[in-house]
Amino acid sequence: RAGRVERSGAVQNRSGQQLQCRESRSVVKKDKMSSRNPMLIKGVRTYGRSKAYSRKQQWKHEKKEGPKKKERTPKTSVLRQRYVPAERVPKRLKSNLTIKKRKTVLKKGIQPGSVLIVLSGRFMGSRVVFLKQLDSGLLLVTGPYKVNGVPIRRINQAYVIATSTTVDISGVKIPEHIDDKYFARVKNAKEGEEGFFSNQEKINPEWLAKRKEDQKAVDTGIVAAIEKVELLDTYLKTKFTLKNGQAPHAMKF
Amino acid sequence: GQPVRLYVKGALVGYKGSKVNQYHHTSLVKVQGLADSKDGDFYLGKRVAYVYKGKNSKRNPRTGEQSNLRVIWGRVTRTHGRSGVVRAKFRSNLPPKSLGGTVRIMLY
Repeated sequence: RAGRVERSGAVQNRSGQQLQCRESRSVVKKDKMSSRNPMLIKGVRTYGRSKAYSRKQQWKHEKKEGPKKKERTPKTSVLRQRYVPAERVPKRLKSNLTIKKRKTVLKKGIQPGSVLIVLSGRFMGSRVVFLKQLDSGLLLVTGPYKVNGVPIRRINQAYVIATSTTVDISGVKIPEHIDDKYFARVKNAKEGEEGFFSNQEKINPEWLAKRKEDQKAVDTGIVAAIEKVELLDTYLKTKFTLKNGQAPHAMKF
Repeated sequence: GQPVRLYVKGALVGYKGSKVNQYHHTSLVKVQGLADSKDGDFYLGKRVAYVYKGKNSKRNPRTGEQSNLRVIWGRVTRTHGRSGVVRAKFRSNLPPKSLGGTVRIMLY
């Protein structure tokens, strides 16, 4: 709304009669309307919500409820909220709200069929064949079991050195059901204290039989591919070890 | 089976220090087989283990075994000088007893 405008003498009403205009006492030509609720300091208005409501006579301008439109939830900053909590509740960072799981990038040199050296754990020093990367980012590897006693296993690529040797496993089909869930810990059948104290070394024979079956399914093709290459089986049988005079920074794997 | 060594041996040369001070939070490790600092980049970030024996045997939390062997883990942080010495920071500062002792620089 425009502010009060200075009116000079000549004003006409509808019928065309000239009227004398009473000079307004406070004639201020303003481009903008002087605020009914001026700022005291940045962010703080003179009148609170209810006072400002009555000063602006908002009850006059309030729209009646029409047909319901699509509800939009506008992004409001803390200052524009009607209710601001007494204690500041930290807001989650946007990056945390939708955690997109990005697949772990494989180290250079790790390809299906690559021979990897295991650096830590039970099979430390073993040379194993890399099969594929699982959804969790861990590597699925196998000895093969008949060659060096390493079963189908998961391993983190941080604990592995990739060698330039590869085994041709293009003809090998890895069973679909071997994923991260396949390697979940087997829960003890007996619950509670009894289960805790029972001999945990006993493995469910069904589970074991299935594992053996899966091992065979994966390994037969790989063992066949290994036997085609001279000395590759002996190579995989031998464990990697450092000796005096050897320095890994000078080695080419 | 056969024992395997999957770590590089290092000698604990001392602590990081200046003319008048010693900073025990950083130890200096002479890596066996490393003569230049440029090859030392291979070892950056690698885990280091200071292995020692205690008088009383304690239970290893991971394996559950009782053992006298104890470890202080650390990491190689950067190279030091030009002659194959490397700096390492451990979870707790190494005791002065360790000076001159061996440290294991793992390959991971």
